[in-house]
Amino acid sequence: MTAPLPKVDAQGTPAQVSDQIVIQASHLDLTFETADGPVHALKDVSLDVPKGAFVSFIGPSGCGKTTFLRCIAALETPTGGALTVNGMSADEARRARAYGYVFQAAGLYPWRTIGRNIALPLEIMGFSKQDQAERIAKVLDLVELSGFEKKYPWQLSGGMQQRASIARALAFDADLLLMDEPFGALDEIVRDRLNEEVLRLWAKTSKTIAFVTHSIPEAVYLSTHIVVMSPRPGRITDVIESPLPAERPLDIRDTPEFIEIAHRVREGLRAGYGE
Amino acid sequence: MSDAAVTRRSRIKSGTAWLGLPPVLAVILGLIALWYVAVVPMNVQETLTRAERAGVAVTPATAVDRRDAGNWALVLGNTHALGESWSLDRPRLPAPHQVVTELYESTWVEETTGRRGLVRSGSFSNRGLIHHALVTLNATLVGFLIGTTLGIVLAVGIVHSRVMDMSVMPWAIVSQTIPIVALAPMIIVVLYSVGVQGLLPKAVISAYLSFFPVVVGMVKGLRSPDGMQMDLMRTYNASTLAVLFKLRLPASVPYLFASLKIAVAASLVGAIVGELPVQKGGLGARMLAGSYYGQTAQIWAALFLAAGLAALLVWAIAAIEQRTLRRMGMTP
Repeated sequence: MTAPLPKVDAQGTPAQVSDQIVIQASHLDLTFETADGPVHALKDVSLDVPKGAFVSFIGPSGCGKTTFLRCIAALETPTGGALTVNGMSADEARRARAYGYVFQAAGLYPWRTIGRNIALPLEIMGFSKQDQAERIAKVLDLVELSGFEKKYPWQLSGGMQQRASIARALAFDADLLLMDEPFGALDEIVRDRLNEEVLRLWAKTSKTIAFVTHSIPEAVYLSTHIVVMSPRPGRITDVIESPLPAERPLDIRDTPEFIEIAHRVREGLRAGYGE
Repeated sequence: MSDAAVTRRSRIKSGTAWLGLPPVLAVILGLIALWYVAVVPMNVQETLTRAERAGVAVTPATAVDRRDAGNWALVLGNTHALGESWSLDRPRLPAPHQVVTELYESTWVEETTGRRGLVRSGSFSNRGLIHHALVTLNATLVGFLIGTTLGIVLAVGIVHSRVMDMSVMPWAIVSQTIPIVALAPMIIVVLYSVGVQGLLPKAVISAYLSFFPVVVGMVKGLRSPDGMQMDLMRTYNASTLAVLFKLRLPASVPYLFASLKIAVAASLVGAIVGELPVQKGGLGARMLAGSYYGQTAQIWAALFLAAGLAALLVWAIAAIEQRTLRRMGMTP
């Protein structure tokens, strides 16, 4: 039984998306110098992400979507342009532990139980034992893994491990959640279930989420904003503000509005290839 | 029950677990048979001397003439006089049963009935092998502990400091290429001149041989977490120390145990080599004494005991590894 999504407001947009800008990129450039010559992973990328938005980045391989996410996380350094997260530089935001990051692989430590795995960021950030225990219980409940605290990662399926990884990213209450193709390695049935769960989490926690994906239906289903990117050089082709309501059952994927947005995304992707 | 445990159980039940045994037994029995055969040409000089003294006709007739003849030529020319080959007092190559007898007498018989044995005097006899084995074991374990600690410390330094990475590894490799048999007396003499003798020089030689596998294994283990894990730590803004204790060290435990098995065997070799110059007890000293007095059965008995000791130590490390990995949750 999943918790219900929040009510839609009159304009049909999610009530939580505010005007405050959380991530601001302007004319961002990232060029890798390789043995074969420079690789323009990002060229002239400008984007404003409002607080409470669910932004999906979609595009073919090599379009720079993961690179852009890693720039926000200060795991890569841009070679040109400006990027601010929560009003500070990306690295300052990283040091302030402003975001949780979910990778494509769950990356849980095999020598720790699920509970201790979730406690990892809490230990590093110096939360008290009492605090840790409360947060672990709360976050396991959020991803519906409540009985699995004492289990080891090898005892869980791929989908459950990924949920545990999401729980770990949520444990320390960062306002920003960065997710890099978290469901890419999972089958479609589990993927659908987890998509619903992410949407429910987003509604419940009101975080700003940046989500990288390959899948057009996933991007359209989850987001308030869809950023279409194209490769060589990596750039933004289109930014689509989704008119879909906040309350989205999986059936919404068969509605004409959904198909129209998906069509627009597809056009954006094709345009990127054409250039 | 885990897959591995189920498979093991079913194999024991159906009897197929023992399928590997006949080939192994066959090989062992073959080797022992070969050993018995090899005893004959190895001991032929002494055997024919004995036969000559007992009045048997031997060709060539004198020991001086026999000395220059080839072993196999003597064997083939005197097949009637070779009966004593397997029961000589000072054989070049003792027969297996002679070694086993020597082993039994130096351990069980010596301790239970010897004048200085365990039963009569309350401590292990210094003529028996058990005392010597314990002396060697002592040096082995102390050296192993020192070597392991040193290895881990060096590995942590190599992983965290570029300077150490480039400077320590070549020297560590060079240190292992110097023959230890040549280096051991030097170490002992140097340490003796600063007043360190007894257990410590042998432990130093053991540590010398055992630190290298630990360094190599630990460096690999400490570097084993992949880029994604390191990125995750960066997103938490974790300090280098936190990364070391929470990620690198636990990830390196399987690599550490693999190295420890090699290190403990190397440590035993070091202890034995360290006993050769000083000869104040231990299996190495025992082997050397056996070679001085022509008691080859003693040499072989000490050799087998040393091999058995090495096997026991490696098995002990493997058992600790199983238990540790299970407690860490890394094996079912």
